[in-house]
Formats: sequence, structure tokens, C-alpha cells
Amino acid sequence: MVGVSSETIKGEIEKLEGELPESILRELQNSLIRVSKERAITKEQLKEIIDGVKQAYYKAMVEPGEAVGTVAAQSIGEPGTQMTLRTFHYAGVAELNVTLGLPRLIEIIDARKTPSAALMTIYLKEPYAKSKEKARAFAQKVELTTVEDVALQTEVDLINSVFIITLDRSRLQRRDLTPSKIADILREIPKVDITVDGYKLRLKPESASLTELRRLVTRVRTTPLRGVKGITRVVVKMEGDEYVVYTEGSNLAEILMMPEVDATRTTTNNIHEIESVLGIEAARNAIINEAVKTLEEQGLDVDIRHIMLVADMMTATGEVSQVGRHGVSGEKASVLARASFEITTKHLLDACVHGESDRLDGIIENVIAGQPIPIGTGMVELVMRREESGAK
Amino acid sequence: MMRIPKQIDRIDFGLMSPDEIRKISVTKIVAADTYDDDGYPIDRGLMDSRLGVVDPGLRCRTCSGRAGECPGHFGHVELARPVIHVGYVEIIYDCLRSICRNKDCGRILLSDQKIEQYRKLIDESRKSGGKWWEISSQVIKSATAVEKCPHCGEKQVAIKFEKPTTFIEGKNRLTPSDVRERLERITDDDAILLGIDPKVARPEWMVLTVLPVPPVTVRPSITLESGVRSEDDLTHKLVDIIRINQRLAENIEAGAPHLIVEDLWELLQYHVTTYFDNAVSGIPPARHRSGRVLRTLSQRLRGKEGRFRGNLSGKRVDFSARTVVSPDPNISINEIGIPEYVAKILTIPVRVTEYNVEELRNIVRRGPDIFPGANSVINPEGKRFDLRYADREEIANNLAPGYVVERHLRDGDIVLFNRQPSLHRMSIMAHEVRILPGRTFRLNLSVCPPYNADFDGDEMNVHAPQTQEAQAEARILMRVQEQILSPRFGGPIIGGIQDHITGAYLLTHKNRRLTREQAQQLLAYAGIFSELPKPAFREKGVDYWTGKQIFSMLLPKDLNLTFKAKICENCSRCKQEECEIDAYVTIRRGQLLTGVIDANSFKALDRCEILDRIVKDYGTDAAREFLDRVTKLSIASAMMFGFTTGIDDEDIPPEAKERIIEGVEKAKKKVNELIEIYNSGEMEPLPGRSLRETLEMRIMEVLAESRDTAGATAEEFLGLDNHAVIMARTGARGSMLNLTQMAACVGQQSVRGERLSRGYRNRTLPHFKPGDLGAEARGFISSSYKDGLQPIEFFFHAMGGREGLVDTAVRTAQSGYMQRRLINALQDLRVEYDGTVRDDRGTIIQFTYGEDGVDPARSDRGKAVNVEKLITRLLG
Repeated sequence: MVGVSSETIKGEIEKLEGELPESILRELQNSLIRVSKERAITKEQLKEIIDGVKQAYYKAMVEPGEAVGTVAAQSIGEPGTQMTLRTFHYAGVAELNVTLGLPRLIEIIDARKTPSAALMTIYLKEPYAKSKEKARAFAQKVELTTVEDVALQTEVDLINSVFIITLDRSRLQRRDLTPSKIADILREIPKVDITVDGYKLRLKPESASLTELRRLVTRVRTTPLRGVKGITRVVVKMEGDEYVVYTEGSNLAEILMMPEVDATRTTTNNIHEIESVLGIEAARNAIINEAVKTLEEQGLDVDIRHIMLVADMMTATGEVSQVGRHGVSGEKASVLARASFEITTKHLLDACVHGESDRLDGIIENVIAGQPIPIGTGMVELVMRREESGAK
Repeated sequence: MMRIPKQIDRIDFGLMSPDEIRKISVTKIVAADTYDDDGYPIDRGLMDSRLGVVDPGLRCRTCSGRAGECPGHFGHVELARPVIHVGYVEIIYDCLRSICRNKDCGRILLSDQKIEQYRKLIDESRKSGGKWWEISSQVIKSATAVEKCPHCGEKQVAIKFEKPTTFIEGKNRLTPSDVRERLERITDDDAILLGIDPKVARPEWMVLTVLPVPPVTVRPSITLESGVRSEDDLTHKLVDIIRINQRLAENIEAGAPHLIVEDLWELLQYHVTTYFDNAVSGIPPARHRSGRVLRTLSQRLRGKEGRFRGNLSGKRVDFSARTVVSPDPNISINEIGIPEYVAKILTIPVRVTEYNVEELRNIVRRGPDIFPGANSVINPEGKRFDLRYADREEIANNLAPGYVVERHLRDGDIVLFNRQPSLHRMSIMAHEVRILPGRTFRLNLSVCPPYNADFDGDEMNVHAPQTQEAQAEARILMRVQEQILSPRFGGPIIGGIQDHITGAYLLTHKNRRLTREQAQQLLAYAGIFSELPKPAFREKGVDYWTGKQIFSMLLPKDLNLTFKAKICENCSRCKQEECEIDAYVTIRRGQLLTGVIDANSFKALDRCEILDRIVKDYGTDAAREFLDRVTKLSIASAMMFGFTTGIDDEDIPPEAKERIIEGVEKAKKKVNELIEIYNSGEMEPLPGRSLRETLEMRIMEVLAESRDTAGATAEEFLGLDNHAVIMARTGARGSMLNLTQMAACVGQQSVRGERLSRGYRNRTLPHFKPGDLGAEARGFISSSYKDGLQPIEFFFHAMGGREGLVDTAVRTAQSGYMQRRLINALQDLRVEYDGTVRDDRGTIIQFTYGEDGVDPARSDRGKAVNVEKLITRLLG
């Protein structure tokens, strides 16, 4: 018995395009071709399988009216009670602090402007990704180094009104800096006289006032010597067959511009940053990825469709808005829906001045009015008239 | 007859004009009193009987309705001087700042060109149905910056707003009258620019000249046992307002000095302000004589127990019952045991037809006290007869089609069953009623996971749906068997738990053999009465069956499955069918050939291979039947073979104990070495960590490892013949970690993921030297639970335990709020007939739900179609 060839399988599957989702077709094709190499599949069997897949797919489709929003909210909210509340140190990279569990999930849903622990994962291009030295060098290049980081000691000589920085030799070496280089950078501060004395830098402001000196000290201490703004700590990790750079702090815009970086895979956990740099669709995917990661790490099984729905709702307006009164819920069309969530009186009072009217299209409004809710079996609007005159 | 309810199409919001308030008013209220000495309402007082009635027996003087029929009617108070509405001060402030102060101008402080520009924006927004008033914030922003009126050239003076209701222009205080005058000058066209729709809300209406007095039904007074009347908070507040208003009016009339009038005016403003909102910042809240803060209008609406969340979104219902729940393994998962005394109160209305009239007559004759009876009868005119008092015989004889009998709940009725917190939709499911003796609701153990119920005193609620539509929907959509698959992850949430798993393991493990009597006993318990299969083997003339054979009788005849059981040890090379511990499960043509049945076969919320397949391929009826039978069979097995656990399950031989102690000592020594290295300054810090952090991490590592080795040592001596181990390994209850903590060593206690460090200065307890970083000093417990903890260890354990408790408390609050927000944001989404997901505005949120239109509850663990399984099934 001769089975069907790979070409016929491909042909048959191509016919289904548009009817079934791509992911199913791809999987079906791959497994059919694999099986057909092990054993012969007759034409009838092929048809049977394809019909079976079609049938299974149609059987699995959502029904119109399904309250997918509520189900999604419940599916994410219900396991919330089982999540840890702790910020853990360990998540793949032992050296970096990562927010996990419920606090992180709340953070994502709140669409906070800055996550409490910003974190970047930087993938590198070919030569850098394979060589430990090159990856290290890159890491050092991006890590924000301030005078404080390389100073062994800083002292203020009040008598001569001089600020003296004693630099640490080994730290300088590790960061590929020299005292003169630092002096050059610091010379950009106006009205300061800098002298280099071995590993000591003497900074003398032109005016000898105490306030001036104090201002100088605070300014110099935090002067960035090298690195990317916002990135405070860098860790290089072997992952698979390449070196990956993890950073505490995040600056997507600048990192993506760097030539060593593989911009296609590099990412951050700051959703707003992704939104402003890469756009709203990227932000939507970032929300999904971050939420999935958080839930998976806790060992909770939540279907990705629920998370996608939340992400789509959060990004539907074209910008990331939080789930809560300053975002999705506050933007609702219905006055009663807004009033029943939070800040009740303000919404009611404002609605009066604006002359709003509530069309009662949502769920909560109809619950308030004591009417059937327009979802599920309640969405049917077609009603048969009772007394239809029989003859015309 | 039930009235056809009106369908509300839309609700319009707007302000009430003073005229409108007077028009809806049935009387002007002038007396600041409620009742006279004889207890009659004072005419034109706050309890005027034209405002409606609350006392039974009296009739409303406006609509002549009785209490309950009369909805109540508004009155009004003419304020002697206008007063600002606190809710609108901010909008008033915006208006004042944005308009010209010139008496003859009053225009918005923008050039005509700019006005035109904004008007266009607003018109566009209005046409598209958007929130046009949001544009007003731009208008106000640019108008307040203008210093000279572009219309009349008047120089503007900055207006200051002092919370809560005072406006100061330059140095002069603007009285509410001044404010109102200015607002009156705003033209209708300008009002729109300020976000005010003049059709329903003239700006000056935000300053009150007439105050509506709500009907008494809104503020009923209660009569205490002593006969003393106690008035509602709102009434108290209104009394204050009217009293001050009167004094103000009298003073003005008498031509009192300006200062006195001003003071009274301000007092009136205070009372009106607190009448609307008694939590305004900047003024003390109005109090009751007893010192209690009054609950005025805004407080009534706001918050969890306010009108919106407490009464409108969540309503109290009839036809419900609540009591303690207890388990009953003998009823189906679809069923619920309801005590007779509950069934006699919950009723179901049944319409009399010619087919059921005789049956219903008997039910009516039995009346409310004899069980399958009825509590009332409603005749075709809608009149209700209470069967407690009526002549039941007569009513029964009169029964004819068109009557409705409210009969007791009985077997086979459908009811909704619920346990709070209702975190997901499986928290309310429909069950079929079984009337049982006793005083508790009974439920099958398999439905504990979706409700998250146990029997340590949990109470649950029952609701009896009244209409046929509701009953049909409950039966078709909400029945327990329809909820086996959770929409959260597409796997079973209803399944075997605890003893079900151990029982199945005991039955199906390798050496189980059963005599004919035993086999039949088990099957009978599970409710299977079909022919026994051929015996597996014969020994000394006796036929024996294996447990696997018996279990196979529950499986569909064409089921093929292969998977690894929970007890699988994940060997590097799987021996498959030859597995020593029988962890490789193969089912061919409905026969369990190898492998044991455990958590991976049918435990709720677990991998649940067999149950999963049955629901998805054979439907919910088959799944329910399988579950009902498998749980009974398992319980019968557990009872037949005996299963118990006790403290001796954690016994380990002395040599093991010695080894464990040795290992722990070694670890402690290693910790001390690490500390020495740290003190000598020779420790290499981990990248990005301080030395101290590095030390802590290394110590934690060493101690965790020592606990694990101690556990492993203990495990060596705890084999699969140990009952506690059976429970842990099969996934029935508990974990090996629990066991090793009991048998070997409890391990490190932690707070916030770190070793214990707080208490005294640089030490946890005064028993240690300051700065001691050793294992014992920082909360390592080397005893086992069984040996008992040392006093210091016990204290440390309590520290760790306390964190757990605090954590749980905080977490429930946080996740509860998160879920409320999520639900509020997403509840309006639904799938339309075209497959899109839209919100209540009709905005498309997703073009296809979940990008493939697949319902997660019907998916195979998130996958739309399990192609692999389908191919193997179809190709055989």
C-alpha cells in the first residue's frame, strides 16, 4: 500500500489556509509529514484526519455572547491568592533583584511608569555574544560608573576649600579608566580647577565659598564617567551557547542604538519604555510576556488567551492605560459603571453638568437597573411578537 | 400575573433648576421640627405627611398610597441666601477664572477666533459621541492665563479658591450671590466651551437658591422600643439647615448688622455643605449629639457598603438558604443534599396544567408542614393564598389550569450552590436536589476544589431559580458536570482528591490481587453490576483478579493512553513497561495494562490524563459517570485494604538518625568555616553583591543542601510501603518535604527570604553572642518535628510562621482588589456573532478572540486541537 506523498499533504493543507489558524496548520503539516515517513497514510486516512482536525477546531470555538472579559479577569485574579508576596532575589540570575509574584502582576496591570525593579536582557551580535571578554567589555561600557564608584575615599578640605578624591587603582583598571581621563571628564564642570596628583584628584572651585564647595561635592560624586544613563548594575551570564548581559536599570532607547546589541531580541521589563521606543503593539506583547513570565514562575497555569485579552484591553486606545480608575475603568462610556467602581459622587456630579446619558449597554448598569444583562443568554435581542394577526 | 417590567432604555443626567425643584415639590418646608407633642407630623415640617408615609396604616396626603405603595414626594426649602453646592466648587472655580469679571461682559476670556477653534473641536467630538467635555480643560487652561478680556478689555483679577467653598478675588471675598451672578452671565455658547451642557445644566444652578427636601421614605425615622422616635441623619441635617435658614431670613428681615448676616450665611453654607458631603476636607464633619459623625448624602452612595456597591450592584435575594456543608461520597457530583427543613422553606412555583393538577392537589393538601407539600397558591388573578392559614382542601379542589402552586423543593429540582469568596465562575454551580435527613448541605467531595470548600465549618448558599428559563439555563449551562474543565487552563478542576488518589493507587498497584468476592464487593460499591472479566490467574484452585482489571471496568472501551504516573522517578532512561515502580501507565482499548493510577490520572487541578481525555472525547455525561464511579471505587478500595497514617510512619532507624545528625553537624561546621573566611576578609564577593550578601547566600546554600541530604537520608528508609509516603508520592496529600521535616530535620527558618536576624542588637536572642552568624544563631532548626523542637528553635519557628500568616492576610486583600479592578475593566467584553471581541461601546478589542477564536475551556491545555493525539487515535 502506497501512502500519500509529502506534496499531497502540503497541497491539502494549503487548501485550508484562512479556514483554520496558521499554528494548527503548521503543526498538522509537520506531524503528518513525520508520520507519513514512518508509515503509509492513505488518501482516505488523510481526509479523515483533516476532517477530524477541522471538526475538533470548530468544536473548540468560543460561542457568541461568551463573557470572555469576566472569565479572563477571574482566571488571572483567582490564582492571585496563591501567589507569593515576596520580592525574590532569584530568577535565573542570582545576582539581580527581580520583583515577582503578586506585586509584579499588580505592577503590570497598574501600568506603572517605572517598575520597582527595572531589568534589561541584552542579547549581543555575533563576535560579542560568543566571547566572554568582549561581552564583559560591553557590559562595562554600558554600566553607569560615577566618581563615587571608583573613589577609594573622598574628603573635603575646608581650610583650603579643596575637594580631594582618592581613586581606587584596581577599580579604575577594571573599568578601563585613568585619573587623567576622569579629570578630563570632570573639567566639563565650569569654574573648577583640577589638579591630578597620582591617584588623587584635587578640585578647587574658583570662588572659595562653602556653599559652592558643597555643591561641587554633590555634583562631582554623581558625575557619570562612562556608561548608559539609568543602568546601575550589569551581569554577564552564559545562556545556551552565548553570553547575555543582564542589567539592573533600563534604558532601551540608548541600548538599542549600540552596534554590539542584537536589537531583535534585546528587551526590558519596563512596559512604558517599550511603548515609547517600539510602539503600542510591542507594548502589548511586552505586557503579555511579562504577565506570562510572572505567572509561570509561580507555577500557575493560566491560558495565554486571558492574558492577551487583558493586554489588548489595556492597549486598545493606542496607549498603555492601567486597569483601574485612571485607565480602563475611568474611561468607560457608562456613568453608572464608573460611579459603581470608585469615586462614586464625583462621576455622578460631573455627569450632570456634562449632560451625559447612560445608554445602559454594559453589565453593571443593567444590574443596577435590575434588567437582564446583555451578555451570554441575555444578549439576544430578537424577540417574537406575541400577537401576530394570522391572516393579512 | 407577573407584570411585564418596563425596559429602561437610557438614563439622562442633568442639574435641576430652581424652578424645577419648586415644581416637583409638594410643599414648602418652613418648620424645623418633625412631630408635635401628640406625635403627629407638623404641617410644613420635615415629616409633613405630604412627603410620603413610612408608618403602616397611614395614607400619603399626596398620592393617598399606603406605606410601601407611596414612593414618597419631594418638598423644598427656599434658602434666604444662595449657597454653593460643594460638589461643584471646582467647576465653579474653573468657570469664574475663565470668564470676564466685567458686569456687562461676562464672556469667556478667549478671542473669537480661539473660541471658534475650540467650538469646532467640541462639535466634532459631540458628533462622534465622544467625551466632548474633556476639551474644556484646555479651554480653561488657556482662558485662565488671559489677563485682559479680549471682548471688553477689562483687566482681570486673579481669583483664589479657599477650601471648601470660599472664593476671593484680589482682596474681596466673593459671596455666593456674587458667584451666582457671574455664572448667570455665562452665555449658553460659552458654557459648552466650559464643559457644561446648558440644555440640562445652567452654570448658575450650581449655586443653590432652593434646596429640595427628600421624601421621608429616603430618611425614615425609627421608633425605639421605649417609644422614643429616632430620626435619620439626613433629617437631623435638614433640621439644622432649616433652623439656620429661618434665623438668617429673620435677621435680614430685621435689618441686622452686616456681620451677623454674614456669619449666619456662612453657617448655612456649612450645613448645606455637610448635608451633601460630610467628609469635605477643610471643615469639621457635622456630628450627632452623641459625637457620632453623620452619614449624609455622599456617604450614603460611596464605598463598599454605599448605595452603589452595597445595594445596587449587589442585591439581597429571596429563595436562598445558607447552612454548614458536610461531605457525602455517595451522591453524584451533580447532586446536592438538602435538609428537609430547608426544602420546606425554599419553594418552586409550578403552573397548574391538566397533566399535573392531581399531583399538585395532593401537594397542596399536605400544606406547608408535611414534606412534599406547598407553601402557597396563586390564583389566575394574582391573589396569593398562604396555605398555613387557608382552607387547603378547598384550594386544592379549586385548583385548575392557570393557578400557580409554590411547592416545596424536591428531588430532581435544580438549584444554584455557591461558596464565598466567589473568585471564579465555578464558585456558583447548579446542582440537582436530593432531600436528605440532617441539618447540613451535603456535597460530593470531588466538587470541593472549584468551591475551595472543606468541612471545618464552612457554610454555603443555595439559590432556587424560579422561572423556567432560569432553571433551564442553570441545568444546561451551570450544572457541575459542565464545569469539569476550568476555563483558566483548559484542564479539569473537578476530579479526585486525597483518599480517591490513595484508594486508586492501592487498587491498581502491582501486587494487588482480588478474590471474586472482593472484586464484586468493590464493583458493587462503585455501582457497576456488569459481568466480571476473565480472572487474571488461578492459584490453588482460587480465581484471582488484578486491581488493574477492576479499574479498567470504569474506562471507555476504546480508550488508548500512555503517560507517566506521579510516582515516576524521572530516571534518565525510561524503562517504560518494565518500570520497577510501575509508573509507566498504558491503557489499550480501555484496559489498564501497566502502571498505577494516581494524581496524574484523575486528580483535580493536576495533570489528570484519564479524566481529561474522557471529558474531551466522550463528553460531560461520561466524565460525570466516570468520576462518580472512580471516587466510589477508590474509597471502597481504601476501606477494603485499609489505609491509615500515624506518627510511626515517620520512624527512621537509629543509624539513619545518626547519619542525619552527622550531616547537619558537618554543615554547621562548614558555615563556621565560611564565617571565618569572611572575617579574615578572604571571601570573594559574587559579582554585584556585597561581601555580607555573598556570605549569606553561601550559608543559605550550605544549609539548604544539608536539609536536603538529611531529607534524602530519611527518604532512603521511607519506602513505598509507608502510608505517608504513598500519600506524598502519589500526590494524594502532603509532600516528601513535609515528611522529611517530620522525620529528619526542619531546616532554615526565614523572614523575607533571609535568615532570621532581628530581635536584639546584632543578635536574634540573648542566648547568643552579638554578631554570631552561625547556623543556630540565625534560625536553623536541626531537630525534626517528631523529635520536637528546642525552645530556641521553637521561637524561631514561630517567627517564620508569623511571616506566613501576615503574608496570607496581606495577599488576600491585595489580590482581591486586583481582581475587582480586573473584573470592572473587562466585564463588558463579549464575543459577538462575527467572532470579534467588543466592549459595551462596540469598540473592537480583538478581531478574533485569543487570535484563534478558541475557548480555553474547550481547548486542550491551551492548544486548539491536539493534532498528535488525533492522528494516533485515527490511525489506531
